[in-house]
Amino acid sequence: MDDPLLIAGETFSSRLIMGTGGAPSLDVLDRALIASGTELTTVAMRRVDPSSAGSVLSLLADRGIRVLPNTAGCFTATEAVRVARLAREALGTSWVKLEVIADERTLLPDPVELLAAADQLVADGFTVLPYTSDDPVLARRLEQAGCAAVMPLGSPIGSGLGIRNQHNIELIVESAGVPVILDAGIGTASDAAIAMELGCAAVLLATSVTRARSPELMAESMRLAVAAGRLAYLAGRVPRRRYALASSPPTG
Amino acid sequence: MQVIINGEPHRMPETMSLAQAVALLTSAPTGVAAAVNGDVVRRAAWDSTSLADGDEVDVLTAVQGG
Repeated sequence: MDDPLLIAGETFSSRLIMGTGGAPSLDVLDRALIASGTELTTVAMRRVDPSSAGSVLSLLADRGIRVLPNTAGCFTATEAVRVARLAREALGTSWVKLEVIADERTLLPDPVELLAAADQLVADGFTVLPYTSDDPVLARRLEQAGCAAVMPLGSPIGSGLGIRNQHNIELIVESAGVPVILDAGIGTASDAAIAMELGCAAVLLATSVTRARSPELMAESMRLAVAAGRLAYLAGRVPRRRYALASSPPTG
Repeated sequence: MQVIINGEPHRMPETMSLAQAVALLTSAPTGVAAAVNGDVVRRAAWDSTSLADGDEVDVLTAVQGG
């Protein structure tokens, strides 16, 4: 079935966006990325370490995977804008996963700084994909600011707690005019399927794959879960009922 | 003069370009960005950007993350 993901005029046949953090080696990451079928994958920007061997960039280039730089580790709009500009210069892309976090313990987004950074980056010509809380009002404000998607968390980054407030994700999906990408908190395949069944356009995950016992196997399970959840959403689930509804004819 | 490169102080000759500072850390032809005192400098301008005593240079690249 031809059902591409459309973000800012670009199409992707995979609805699974991968992160690269947490993989024990580039080789393990490589096999996981292939198994995931992803076409868009995040990287972080850090100071050059002359002693580091291998490059995640060349790996992504070899596999034909589009790179999505993030602003991980930024606590203020000023920092995030600066990192986004450095990423644009280094990687030749104006796409950015905008992350402005409030504190190290929860890694929850700082809504005030996030919205300020989004305003500045949109004005500067960036295609902004903000990592946000699951607050429908903030999601709407980010869309109004000109973001190309909104990326609410299911639960805190790396927690594996799944989607703690499905109702809020549904509310965001209902009113959003841009793709809603469930970002953060996915623990296992069923979480990814639920995100898609709720109507999310895509899922972004890293830890649940890169720190799984077998990243390659988990990546494949995520690919299948995202595809299955998307089909279920398009198919339309039956209503929940309090009592039974016979599936065989009662007479004859 | 002294220049801070990626947080580390370096003693440098009196004339030094940003391109020379970056070359101390990496020879990668792509995938690298540099900022002087917080302002991003386009790669095409690295050669013509002279560093001054006390400048803070940041040289970044993409790593696994997110």
